[in-house]
Amino acid sequence: MSGVAGARPGAVRGAPRPAWFPAVLGVALALALTFLTLPIVAIFLDSSPARLIDALGEPAALDALWLSLRATAMSLGLILLVGTPAAYLLATRSFCGKSLVITLVELPLVLPPAVAGIALLAAVGPSGILGGAVEAAGVELALETAGVVVALTFVASPFYVRQATAAFASVDRTLLDASRTLGASEARSFLRVMIPCAMPGLTAGTALALGRALGEFGATLMFAGSFQGITQTVPLAIYDRFSTDFDSALALSAVLVAVSAAILLSVKLVQRSEALGGAAG
Amino acid sequence: MLRVEARTRLGGLNLVVSLEVCAGECLALAGPSGAGKTSILRVASGLLRPERGRVHCGGETWLDTERGIDVPPEHRRCGYVFQEYALFPHLTAWQNVAYPLRGMSRRERRRRAQELLERFGVGRLADARPRTLSGGERQRVAVARVLARRPDVLLLDEPLSALDPRTRAGAARELEAVLREVEVPALLVTHDFAEAAQLGDRVGVVDAGRVVQEGTPTELAAAPRSAFVADFTGAVVMTGTAHAGPNGLTLVELDGGGTVTSSDRGEGPVAVSVYPWEITIDPEGEAPHGSSQNRLPVEVLSVTAVGNRVRLGLAAPQPLAAEITQASAKALDLRAGSLVTATWKAAATRLVSI
Repeated sequence: MSGVAGARPGAVRGAPRPAWFPAVLGVALALALTFLTLPIVAIFLDSSPARLIDALGEPAALDALWLSLRATAMSLGLILLVGTPAAYLLATRSFCGKSLVITLVELPLVLPPAVAGIALLAAVGPSGILGGAVEAAGVELALETAGVVVALTFVASPFYVRQATAAFASVDRTLLDASRTLGASEARSFLRVMIPCAMPGLTAGTALALGRALGEFGATLMFAGSFQGITQTVPLAIYDRFSTDFDSALALSAVLVAVSAAILLSVKLVQRSEALGGAAG
Repeated sequence: MLRVEARTRLGGLNLVVSLEVCAGECLALAGPSGAGKTSILRVASGLLRPERGRVHCGGETWLDTERGIDVPPEHRRCGYVFQEYALFPHLTAWQNVAYPLRGMSRRERRRRAQELLERFGVGRLADARPRTLSGGERQRVAVARVLARRPDVLLLDEPLSALDPRTRAGAARELEAVLREVEVPALLVTHDFAEAAQLGDRVGVVDAGRVVQEGTPTELAAAPRSAFVADFTGAVVMTGTAHAGPNGLTLVELDGGGTVTSSDRGEGPVAVSVYPWEITIDPEGEAPHGSSQNRLPVEVLSVTAVGNRVRLGLAAPQPLAAEITQASAKALDLRAGSLVTATWKAAATRLVSI
């Protein structure tokens, strides 16, 4: 004990200080943790594993899972394909009206999902302002899987674009200059230098968009409807059966929790391995 | 031969430059930060497009704003070594060096990159990532990467400033060797006159967007054309009023008091410059050694050891600095507050009209 006291003379000088503030901090964290994890834990506790597996065996549940995966994958593909170059432009060029453009791109982030659904209907729905053009192009959106993809893309892409813009903006511009003077065109520099250097941020943005798309409910319901196998994603299927078949709703919820947790975990792992790989390599 | 002419506004700076560098020659641009040195390199490499300008390299025209020619950076063969070296953090050392190598197999790229790394003594670091390398190692990888491009011109931005003083001397010698070996024009930028003098065949002093004087380091030090150049080359600069004196010498009444003699001619308001190592220190009131000597009674303000020399801050009517050997500092028992006499030759006193 005397050794400890000798090493930290401040700890023994004067009266012991009341440790109420650290206690407050600890209580606050405990409250937050309980509040945030209890409902998630309850999903798994409120039903036996056997009943969960049974409920998942239903064709309707499998349809919903399969549709969610397909629609999310397609929407994510679109978001990455268009969002990455768009974010690069926002991050590396300055032009007139840029902050307005950024605000408009981020607007869906704060839009209530029901409003997003109405907005999509008004724009590309059957009687929307572009409805005729969409129909003429031979694309069926309302009450079709394509409509789900549109709804997911609309609500999820701002998450990616925002994160990707920040990621590109944080890459040292001298690296781009170096690449150019070493003989690479801007397009090549974008692929070979900017994307790899922005990768941790791009991964995080992808995960955010993925999580948002998987959980999308309101816009999809309003824009694409809820038809099993066509537009009924997992969140819609959960809503559809929670009054009639609570176990089945719980089972689907458990799957979403597992997938979401897996996404979060893999992003953390990717980011950590990149940080470690860079430092150790 | 590299020719750069540019005229452009950059924020508050008006950049007006015109310079020529021959093959195998290194022109070192020296000046304070914010003078526009780096912008000159960016114009030459195509990273910055001036409002008006021309860049020629060898027989090629890289930029001619009047004729609407602006070759993009990737098609100008510039070996640009950036200030912090700008190595790609996601690539290993050899992959960095191989980056400009195109149109050959991975094996061949690796072989050539390895060869260049060996040449700079960092072959064993081929698989290391830039962030694990020391400053000196990064600089070597950066130079190797630039040479892999087989550049028609070398552009070096503060190549030594990211290094700690201990590695700097060695790195400077290596860089000198590279500059001698590659037979292309080299344009180097630095804020340190001594570095410019060491690495450049010619030195251009840059101030506020212009090259204010160009010449060999010796020429600049011996005959600075302005007080700025004198000050930048490390001289002490004082101001005063000049008039003709005896024996063809010029007498200068210093502002604030005191008179000095110079072998330069001058009349009216002038800047008087002298290098700190030309000044000797004698005990107070010592008899003059000759009539062409300048003598000022001064008070020692500070005594700073710099290597085996001592730099003295001196209070005269205008501040002075002197550099003397440690031995003489000890013999004179100098300390802050000592009253001594500063002495230097009239021939070491430069006059510049202001």
